[in-house]
Amino acid sequence: MSESVMCCQQPEIDFVVLDRIIQEEYGGRREAMIMMMQAIQRQYRYLPEEALIYLSQSIGVPLTKIYEVATFYASFSLIPKGKHILHICTGTACHLMGSGGMVEHFAKKLGIEPGGTTPDMKVTLETVNCLGACAMAPVVVLDETYHPQSTVGLINELLDPILAE
Amino acid sequence: MTSISPAPDLSWTRKLSRPEDLAAYRNQLIAEQHPDATRILVCCGTGCKALGALDLLAAMKKAVTDANLDVKVAPLVKRTGCHSFCSRGPLLAIQPQDIFYQKLKPSDAAEIVQETIIGGKLIPRFLYKPPGAKHPIEKRSEIPFFAAQTRVVLERVGQIDPFDIRDAIAWGAYNGLVKVLTEMKPKEVIEEMKISKLRGRGGAGFPAGLKWESCARQPGRHYVICNGDEGDPGAFMDASLMEGDPHAVLEGMAIAAYAIGSDRGFIYVRMEYPLAVQTLSNAIRQAEDLGLLGQNILGTGFNFKVSVSTGAGAFVCGESSALMSSLEGKVGRPRPKYIRSTEKGFRDSPSNLNNVETYANVPKIILNGGAWYASMGTERSAGTKVFSLTGNVNNVGLIEVPMGTSLRHIVYDIGGGIPNRKELKAVQTGGPSGGCIPIPKKFLDINVGFGKLAEIGSIMGSGGMIVMDENTCMVEVSRYFIHFLVEESCGQCTPCREGLTQMERILTRITRGEGQEGDIELLEEIGTFTNSFSLCGLGTSAANPVLSTIRYFREEYEEHIRDKKCRAGVCKALYYLEIQPDACTGCGVCKKRCPAKAVTGEKKEPHLIRQDLCIKCMECYRNCKFDAIAIR
Repeated sequence: MSESVMCCQQPEIDFVVLDRIIQEEYGGRREAMIMMMQAIQRQYRYLPEEALIYLSQSIGVPLTKIYEVATFYASFSLIPKGKHILHICTGTACHLMGSGGMVEHFAKKLGIEPGGTTPDMKVTLETVNCLGACAMAPVVVLDETYHPQSTVGLINELLDPILAE
Repeated sequence: MTSISPAPDLSWTRKLSRPEDLAAYRNQLIAEQHPDATRILVCCGTGCKALGALDLLAAMKKAVTDANLDVKVAPLVKRTGCHSFCSRGPLLAIQPQDIFYQKLKPSDAAEIVQETIIGGKLIPRFLYKPPGAKHPIEKRSEIPFFAAQTRVVLERVGQIDPFDIRDAIAWGAYNGLVKVLTEMKPKEVIEEMKISKLRGRGGAGFPAGLKWESCARQPGRHYVICNGDEGDPGAFMDASLMEGDPHAVLEGMAIAAYAIGSDRGFIYVRMEYPLAVQTLSNAIRQAEDLGLLGQNILGTGFNFKVSVSTGAGAFVCGESSALMSSLEGKVGRPRPKYIRSTEKGFRDSPSNLNNVETYANVPKIILNGGAWYASMGTERSAGTKVFSLTGNVNNVGLIEVPMGTSLRHIVYDIGGGIPNRKELKAVQTGGPSGGCIPIPKKFLDINVGFGKLAEIGSIMGSGGMIVMDENTCMVEVSRYFIHFLVEESCGQCTPCREGLTQMERILTRITRGEGQEGDIELLEEIGTFTNSFSLCGLGTSAANPVLSTIRYFREEYEEHIRDKKCRAGVCKALYYLEIQPDACTGCGVCKKRCPAKAVTGEKKEPHLIRQDLCIKCMECYRNCKFDAIAIR
């Protein structure tokens, strides 16, 4: 329990890191805002409010505009993600090979909707529109490792030890 | 996965300061290569990489080193882009012996070096054997999947190391750029493009030469933008080009910049393609180091700087005006097109946006002439087109064929037909906004081109081609695409936002067995409305999946609504699975595979499925070798 409370707290924001991203990598250019936000998300695995406020002040873009961008693009998340991320490809080829049923199965198993995270912050379930690896359909990516020709059984074997941790 | 630093250090190389330096440098590079050296080309495209190709690459390199071969003829193990035969990965080619080995493991590396490289013998179990054939095919060039293609834009993909510009230059990269810089005026470049009849490969098919011309005419600073936001699910042509031959795209953009009078370019790549971002960024750096991009290119005074920008996961950003807005760091909402982006686009300046494949064609057109390009394909659709052939087809992969090639040739000769003795039902083209072409009813012999596909209610799109067998439910497919579009609609115009939402609601109801009389007519009405009154190209084609499936598969909709039956075995509420006792041998595969433990039965006795436990995941159905499981 104490661990899950820890996870949900606002992370410590390192402004030196933010400055490096905003000023050094992207020269403080407003046009690079989406890529700055991606870099921030890579750092914290989501977009912490405090970091976005700092971004807004640094490049002079109203926070409402940043919020608009953060909610428009599918890759941005305003809430923390789990320790492990289970991506199920729902591109057409994967869909034909039954990825829809897999999403349903794991949503039920984990008790969350796609896009959601288990309450213990262990696993986030995500769908992705196409990974361009259609020959391997259905493709499941667990923590950036691709699992070609996935089945419910195969993924369960990988997921169960994580859930039992 | 093994991580290796793929890019060689070129900082020692001197800048090429005159146009003729490129030819000299190229000759020098070719002379450095031993003419008899064996080259082992390991495919490291996204597909093969997912299957562990980087480990195979490392193992091959190690095996070659371990074998301690004579340095002069030591084979060169090369990391390349996609070889396009994705369903056979991980794979490699050995040249000049013309050998193709497939479905490899890193542990096979030592054997390949010992037997084939040193011993000169083929290893039959690594060779490709077509489905149903008795003997494997010994030569790569004789495999129908490769032999039946015409590779123009994909020529270097799979041959060169995408991380090493020297390899690309040895294969002729940037020769087209040198030609325009030394021999052609910008107007002549545009004229050549018009003669080529190249139409945009992103989907809309607008003639590239005309677009360049209208952009060049505008006053102000011009921008060259490359659309690498390949959002159509089931399409990976542009990914393979950017990953396998980034210099073709960059050279095409530089030629476009010269033609329209621009000094600044951007490539917008979707964030799901990290490898493409890597290859392109590296290619730009190396080209700048050599003086082939950046300031004062080859000492001619022509400047062109290119940057890579990544998307953030929005399908609509593949639409040109939305893409430019996203490039400015804003949300990607399309805008009305009464002012074209060639007039006011990125930063409100004249912008020429083309797709990855369009740009990659440009250097070839410049070198071989527009007339050469126009001689391929058909009258209205010139040249070749890359398709990603996926779905229920034996040979999944990338194919390049002249426009006007028949679907039969694509699906059967190149694609090798449908797996598991199933019937071909439809081919879906053009991504989520495309349509389903029914086969074999009418259209197996249509020639694939812009006009022909539009005529039968689909679109060319960017080149996704998804083959669907009898176990595909057309109602569910259309629900799937509409659901995709509901999620991806930017929401600014009502017909697209509301029309799609309502269509999804009705389709979901039908697939759950709650369809009502009148649903089909209502779908047609909403669909026609959505297509007629939406703002951008995404909205005006959004209802295509519904309208095309109703047009060709109306009886399936009727079955779902009236008989509450899904003949394909997809809509879970509308079928159940049953083991046919006379066909079941009791082999136990289904029992072992069933994740819900719903199959019961003794060995060698007919098995049974417990309907209360069955989750209809189709594992048993897909894996039964005796076709004993029936959809009821």
